[in-house]
Amino acid sequence: MKLKKLSAACTLAVAAMFGASPAHAQFSGDVIRIGFITDMSGLYSDLDGPAGAEAMKMAIADLGGAVNGKKIELLVADHQNKADVAAGKAREWMDQQGLDLLIGGTNSGANLAMAKVAAEKKKPFIVVGAASSALTNEQCSPYTIHYAYDTVALAKGTGNAVVKAGGKSWFFLTADYAFGAALQNDTATVVKAAGGTVVGSVKHPLSASDFSSFLLQAQSSKAQILGLANAGGDTINAIKAANEFGVTKTMKLAGLLVFINDIHSLGLKTTQGMYLTDSWYWNQNAETRAWSRKFFEKFKRMPSSLQAGDYSATLQYLSAVKAVGSDDADKVLAQLHKTKINDVFAKGGFIRADGRMVHDMYLMQVKTPAQSTEPWDYYNVVETIKGEAAWTTKAETKCALWK
Amino acid sequence: MDIFGIPIQAFLGQLLLGLVNGSFYAMLSLGLAVIFGLLGIVNFAHGALYMIGAYVAWLSLEKFGLNYWFALLLAPLVVGAMGVVIERTLLKRLYKLDPLYGLLLTFGLALIAEGIFRDQFGVSGQQYPVPDALAGATNLGFMVLPNYRAWVVFASLTVCLGTWFLIERTRLGAYLRAGTENPTLVQAFGVNVPVMVMLTYAVGAGLAALAGVLAAPVIQITPLMGSNLIIVVFAVVVIGGMGSILGSILTGLALGLIEGLTKVFYPEASSIVVFVIMAIVLMIRPAGLFGKEK
Repeated sequence: MKLKKLSAACTLAVAAMFGASPAHAQFSGDVIRIGFITDMSGLYSDLDGPAGAEAMKMAIADLGGAVNGKKIELLVADHQNKADVAAGKAREWMDQQGLDLLIGGTNSGANLAMAKVAAEKKKPFIVVGAASSALTNEQCSPYTIHYAYDTVALAKGTGNAVVKAGGKSWFFLTADYAFGAALQNDTATVVKAAGGTVVGSVKHPLSASDFSSFLLQAQSSKAQILGLANAGGDTINAIKAANEFGVTKTMKLAGLLVFINDIHSLGLKTTQGMYLTDSWYWNQNAETRAWSRKFFEKFKRMPSSLQAGDYSATLQYLSAVKAVGSDDADKVLAQLHKTKINDVFAKGGFIRADGRMVHDMYLMQVKTPAQSTEPWDYYNVVETIKGEAAWTTKAETKCALWK
Repeated sequence: MDIFGIPIQAFLGQLLLGLVNGSFYAMLSLGLAVIFGLLGIVNFAHGALYMIGAYVAWLSLEKFGLNYWFALLLAPLVVGAMGVVIERTLLKRLYKLDPLYGLLLTFGLALIAEGIFRDQFGVSGQQYPVPDALAGATNLGFMVLPNYRAWVVFASLTVCLGTWFLIERTRLGAYLRAGTENPTLVQAFGVNVPVMVMLTYAVGAGLAALAGVLAAPVIQITPLMGSNLIIVVFAVVVIGGMGSILGSILTGLALGLIEGLTKVFYPEASSIVVFVIMAIVLMIRPAGLFGKEK
């Protein structure tokens, strides 16, 4: 009898605690605090970096700087492409600043490290800039959302297109860290499935200053296709050296992760005809153009897909916060997982159980200088890879959350 | 015929590429060695000066239409003038202090320069076309060598040997060396030592800029191009022996070759092989291969 009373009292107490507190604590710290950790100064900083943070501010401004009367704050940090710096900053913000959402920028190594911290602290973590598919596969977490693109989508897009066009034998030039390995691996799988072969590969250090030696090795492999499993400045320097050494005469280049900033930097003369896969292109339709011109006014360059993704991720998170009237991690995540995403970045997008934001990807071909009608008009969209077809399938996944 | 499982053609090709990279190392470490040898300053701004040299070339082409050959003259002059300003306003106050102060000051200058250029130009970088006279490539049988790379080796070796000759074999060089050993005495002979020291720093800065112009057509011109290279160059100087001019030239070329071979046999190690060698050399000969024990 006594025991029954005691347990009843406990139940009441628990109920009171849970029931009463939200009335004055819907928003932790009375502010919605978003943290953004990316490469702000290194080789990937043009793709995302300061302009990515600015895109987030555009999203915050579009909502009037506040949700339900609560101010929105954006913290920004540079991880310098170091996983330990990224994880340390994420931990500090979550422990001491009452961070509500962490957005991860470029660099897969840094993002895999931050994902572990977010899972431990039970805070939502939206990855926009990093590519490794491990974020929603082997290392998936209920708190990680992978937003813009991943190595599987890049591989399926470009890999398939190139093999279909006759590029059967491949040699990979791969950045020597988590992302490069994932991209090479995912692309090799697609190439083999499509009937192609992988002849060899060579790994280069991140921000290598000279690619000529690696390219010579690629050339002597006699493969038809040189797959560039790297990004940013590394891709640019590799393409440049490939032209200089005449590698492009005997092999075709397949840039597996090429952003519009890279094309802009290299110029259409060097890159024309190249296939690439991206999650977004500014010159797709009236809506993307209008948003991009607003962005252009601030930066004098067009947004990359990552910067559009930064905008969209911030906007969607804040909309979910608004819908549930709280910045509580689990409530907001549940809302995000059940809401269709329709904005300038994606149409009909949705977040899968493994954390993958499923949306259309685009296979593009770089225009010739004659086809380009204005600065930054660089791509023809060759194929729209619809929804689920672009991503890891249920049969392939190793994520326990999606079994 | 194979060497360690690598066809001899490929092997020769890689050696040649190593030599090209080695030329850059040699030229940059030469400037560092001159500055350290004669001023006792560890010039961490060297990478930034190299980067600025490349940007001067790019800007003079884009804004004023001045071609590569003008840039080869202009960039060292502009950056040399910057060197004069740095030496007169900042460095000269540090000669009597611990070398650490010079290192920190120049490191700070490098970060500031890099930051300014990053803010102005972004990191994706700019393209500099290969000059028409050096465009194209020559088929050497075992590899296709772009003519421009051959020019880089030629130009850098000429500059390196010229500098070595100037300092080690001429009267002016003798003054310079004497001025650093015993400035008071040399001054007493009527040589203006402070001006000589200032010009030495300017020449060192100019050498970095010249390397920057030579590099401009082969790599992406970005604010980070200096910091990507400078650490390796410092390792070269340490291995060669701080302040040893011939040492830095020979070590630069040799390490370029060794790095090139590492890229063939074990590419993953190519970014650290130089530092491994540095560690070993420091254990066996703390003053460097060509340095004099004090």
